[in-house]
Amino acid sequence: MRRTLLTGNGAAAWGARLAEADYVPAFPITPQTEIIEALAGWSERGEMAGRVVTLDSEHSMLTAAAAAAATGVRVFTATSSQGLLYGMEMIYTAPGWRAPFVMVNVSRALASPITLEADHNDILAARDSGFLQIHCATCQEVLDSVLMAYRLAEHPQVRLPAIVNLDGFYLSFTREPVVIPDQEQVRRFLPPFDPGNVAFRADRPASQAALVLGGSLYSYFRYEAHLATLQALTAYEEVAQAFEREMGRRYPAVEAYRAEDAEYIFFLMGAYATKAKDAVNRLRERGMRIGVVRPRLLRPYPARILQELLRGRRAVAVIDQNLSMGMGGILYSELASALYGMKDAPMLVSYIGGLGGRDISTEELFTMAAQTREAADAGVTPEPRLLYTAAELREVRKMQTIAGSKLPGHMEGKNDE
Amino acid sequence: MTATSTQYSPRDYKSDLKPIWCAGCGDFGVLNALYKAMSMCGLKPEDTVVVSGIGCSSRLPGFVETYGYHGVHGRTLPAATGIKAARPELNVIAVGGDGDGYSIGAGHLPHCARRNPDITYLIMNNNTYGLTKGQISPTSMVPLASISPKVDPKRWKTTPYGMTEEAINPIAQAIAWDVSFVARGFSYKPNQLADILAAAISHRGFALVDAFSPCPTFNQDQNDDYYKDHTYDVPEDHDPTDRVKAFELALRTDGYPIGIIYRRDNKPSMLEEQAFLRRRFENNPGTMEKLFAKYQG
Repeated sequence: MRRTLLTGNGAAAWGARLAEADYVPAFPITPQTEIIEALAGWSERGEMAGRVVTLDSEHSMLTAAAAAAATGVRVFTATSSQGLLYGMEMIYTAPGWRAPFVMVNVSRALASPITLEADHNDILAARDSGFLQIHCATCQEVLDSVLMAYRLAEHPQVRLPAIVNLDGFYLSFTREPVVIPDQEQVRRFLPPFDPGNVAFRADRPASQAALVLGGSLYSYFRYEAHLATLQALTAYEEVAQAFEREMGRRYPAVEAYRAEDAEYIFFLMGAYATKAKDAVNRLRERGMRIGVVRPRLLRPYPARILQELLRGRRAVAVIDQNLSMGMGGILYSELASALYGMKDAPMLVSYIGGLGGRDISTEELFTMAAQTREAADAGVTPEPRLLYTAAELREVRKMQTIAGSKLPGHMEGKNDE
Repeated sequence: MTATSTQYSPRDYKSDLKPIWCAGCGDFGVLNALYKAMSMCGLKPEDTVVVSGIGCSSRLPGFVETYGYHGVHGRTLPAATGIKAARPELNVIAVGGDGDGYSIGAGHLPHCARRNPDITYLIMNNNTYGLTKGQISPTSMVPLASISPKVDPKRWKTTPYGMTEEAINPIAQAIAWDVSFVARGFSYKPNQLADILAAAISHRGFALVDAFSPCPTFNQDQNDDYYKDHTYDVPEDHDPTDRVKAFELALRTDGYPIGIIYRRDNKPSMLEEQAFLRRRFENNPGTMEKLFAKYQG
């Protein structure tokens, strides 16, 4: 065990190295590329036994990953944003194969317009695929979650691929102190992959992913995968306890920070949760009883845990770093569905923020806290809000003015015609 | 091609945006050659669309004072084909890099060759993935077996001790797919590249121009000196309409010929084929009406 400074990407690579992944199909995309570059270096220098192979696209990369996992070896891969979307055909196919492997997604907002910075619409596009999802808020959590994800994905009651998510830039390129466990320690927590009935065997030829028509068999297999995903809730507890025993760090499925006596809760995923915690500390100094609830496990959805954690609170500010067009925040609607009809359910106040890497400032967290308290006092749920400052809007108006008044030379005359 | 008698200077195609490329990037030379070629062809800016995918070179549409389309990685040709099919009167110029065109989007090339839409595809080939900061691309050279001790082992960040794959030969592939205009240029010879591009834009059908465009930041091996030493002009007696000779030229190992390597001017373009189909059915009553007439009296 040693302590060092690692970026989120570095921590993800260390997770794959310590998990002793046999095969890493790779394709670069910002802000993920550093992960596969680190693994490629270790692999070529023989510091890691696994083989890194560069493919020609994320679609090929994910196909190679799932097929290799189906042969019974331990597979790691990583992508981001457009890459995840380009591989989406395989994101839905792989869970049906019941071939467990781990993929890290470094969240980056989707086109268009094009950006490189983070929000969660990429990873949430994979929400309904059958991949398990673990969301991280710190670099240590990234390393640890990769290890936990393998044990969870390979659990005999689960057997599904898993995604570990971290925020682009805010975590991927930020250095934090990270404890790198010893290989022996990791081996005790994560024994070699026992593929069980997943592996191809010469003496037992079997075909994967056969065609089923008529809907009956299809329904059976899809629902079976759903039940396996739900079993990951119980399996997660087992994994988290084993991890704590070995490494001394506890990662509940849902993190609750200063929430025991809280009347108000910030509810959000990912790296901004650390800012929310800081805001909570300051708001508590001013006497507001407020805390943070952060789902780490998004699939399976920890509905019961959330019900228990949020019952009896006055109000919850749900901060969605995503936007479902025509609906609103995805975390908001999922939480509402988990709490619907529950006695003593809190009021939910919906905020959309942090799109495309936009900061969520401490001042905005203070404002959200105040608005949430006012809403609870008034007993009226406000309309969902986009976090956007007057200064930002002025900047946009300025750009619109430039765009409107300064048409390209050859087009200016045209308007007069 | 929609041209006009109005004269446009290369400058007229320059937008207000300053290119976001590294100092010394080959793409500057390619961009200037493109301005010049557009001027030579007299393209009306308002009738021209520059389409790109993702990559350093795919930023190019923003630097050209025409309509632009910055799409998604590898889908340059489908986007260009769609625009040309919907608006045949527009001049459509697709641009991108070797990663966009020969790796993630490579699957579109043979099919674009088959359809033969009247578009020009300019590939800025720097033999690396530049935007993600230096990994191997399908045109990266020096496989592991031939790596020399003087080669910096850190060049390719996903293959730090040498790549194991061989580079593709896009010119030979394009001729094999019967792309109806195949040429190669070099960004350090912008006047020659402009002539090539003007011929490509004037060509009726799908034209592919692979332009060596060195990346001084992430690929010091295939730099301007390398290409100055390893390129030569297509021999004057070369007949680009001779496909076998063109293929031989593309396969030569003594360097890279620069110029028009293959062209087939009689290959019908996508729109000509479709117009031909429509003409066949003009004044021809629909089959369903014939069937009704036959069975319902």
